[in-house]
Amino acid sequence: MKQLVEKHPLAIRWFHWLNFPVLALMIWSGLWIYWANDVYRLGWGNTTLFKFFPQSFYQAFHLDHKLAQGMSWHFLLMWVFFLNGLLYVLYTFFSGEWRYLLPNRDSFREAWQVTLHDLGLRKTAPPVRKYNGAQRIAYTAVILMGLGSLLTGLAIYKPVQFGWLTRLLGGYEAARVEHFVLTIGYVLFFVVHVAQVVRAGWNNFRSMVAGFEVEDVPVAAGAAAPANPQRHSEAAGNQ
Amino acid sequence: MHPTSAPENPIPPHQSPDGENLALPPDSPLRQEAARRTRRSFIVGGLAALGGVLGWRYLLQRPDAEGTPLPFRRVLDTNGRLSASYFRETRLAREFPNSQAVKQVRTNGREGLKSAIDLEAWRMVVQPYGGGPAQQFTLADIKALPRVEMNTELKCIEGWSIVVNWAGARFADFLAKYPLASRSGQPLKDSANPPADLAPYVSVVTPDEGYYVGLDMHSAIHPQTLLCYEINGEPLSLAHGAPLRLVTPLKYGIKHLKRIGTISFADERPADYWAELGYDWDSGH
Repeated sequence: MKQLVEKHPLAIRWFHWLNFPVLALMIWSGLWIYWANDVYRLGWGNTTLFKFFPQSFYQAFHLDHKLAQGMSWHFLLMWVFFLNGLLYVLYTFFSGEWRYLLPNRDSFREAWQVTLHDLGLRKTAPPVRKYNGAQRIAYTAVILMGLGSLLTGLAIYKPVQFGWLTRLLGGYEAARVEHFVLTIGYVLFFVVHVAQVVRAGWNNFRSMVAGFEVEDVPVAAGAAAPANPQRHSEAAGNQ
Repeated sequence: MHPTSAPENPIPPHQSPDGENLALPPDSPLRQEAARRTRRSFIVGGLAALGGVLGWRYLLQRPDAEGTPLPFRRVLDTNGRLSASYFRETRLAREFPNSQAVKQVRTNGREGLKSAIDLEAWRMVVQPYGGGPAQQFTLADIKALPRVEMNTELKCIEGWSIVVNWAGARFADFLAKYPLASRSGQPLKDSANPPADLAPYVSVVTPDEGYYVGLDMHSAIHPQTLLCYEINGEPLSLAHGAPLRLVTPLKYGIKHLKRIGTISFADERPADYWAELGYDWDSGH
């Protein structure tokens, strides 16, 4: 029987959609900053496979000579990014959402099966849960990455007053590289995330805006239709 | 932590109806509810997005406050005040062994170095905080102070950094011998407990006034802030700010003024070359 199933709480939706432009602007302003000393590349010795970034990239997006503006935006929005992320993490704990999000002992095997299925190499679809193993790993990892960006950013921003942190991360230069690598990580996450959202279709996308998903819910014969059903916490079933 | 209570109408796990038609019957109450909720949330989302765009444009149209719109300047300054409250003069910038100091020391920025200089005739001029005539000091006067050598990172605001072997006199030692920064003329005996009437700000300007930086006094009297006259054991070259430059690993390279001319003290934040062009005045680490 078709039902509207509550999927994403209102708070989660706000945190998610606020993070999208905030993180985008953090990366954008970060590029303005990075341009001023754009030394990273994939390669070794005299062999460079890819330089971050080609001149054409800077020119196409007018990224050059904006170090001061980049820092202004970055040091304003970092507070929004931090607060939004912190409130999201606290919410997932206090609301119990963390049960859907944190990987459990089956997640890694399941993630492998999901990946094979998504690549067309495995016929059997994974059982429907709020988040499958691959998603649990991805959505937890990206939060840890957010924390990593905050810590590496702080290590670059205040390497004397937070010298212990900068030291822990391998020093000033190392912290800058780590900060950059994490940023590349977000871009890769974003590409896969958007592709998967497109694949999952309108019903799924809508749930992150309106909060509900239309589902065909098995109902025992003769039973009354459940009102506002919520997804059973399959975390309990997994433990 | 408060675990969620068990939902009242749990749905048994079931296979996803991949591709199955999930269209709701037209004119059904469920479809109307779905449409209503969808419409409402997209409108709210759209308004929020519009608010964001308008807010962004508003920010950029605010009047400039030294090279950046006022709201940004306010945030930079607030961050600076937060840093100042967290600052401890006991925290030291990392120091490195001699082997890690670079042999070729990169230069950057020629503001303030474009005029000719007579190194013999050069004097460091200091305007006393308490008023009175400017005092002049020779390089020998500075070298008479205790010589401090340190290997610290120069962190350029562009994003690169190098370990440099610097030698010079602590600015704190200068103020201990020549009490020019307090109104009452009290010498600075201990950076951790400075006299109460020490000026809050220091201004350092090149002789041609082409480059100028401002420092908070706490950073200026920090043990790692030097009036520097040597790099790698050799007197400074002209490109590195001969005969005397400011070095402080507590700040970005923009504060490491080359070719010190005049030092003065102020109650308000002094002018700063790069701050006027939109950079953070504090620029502290």
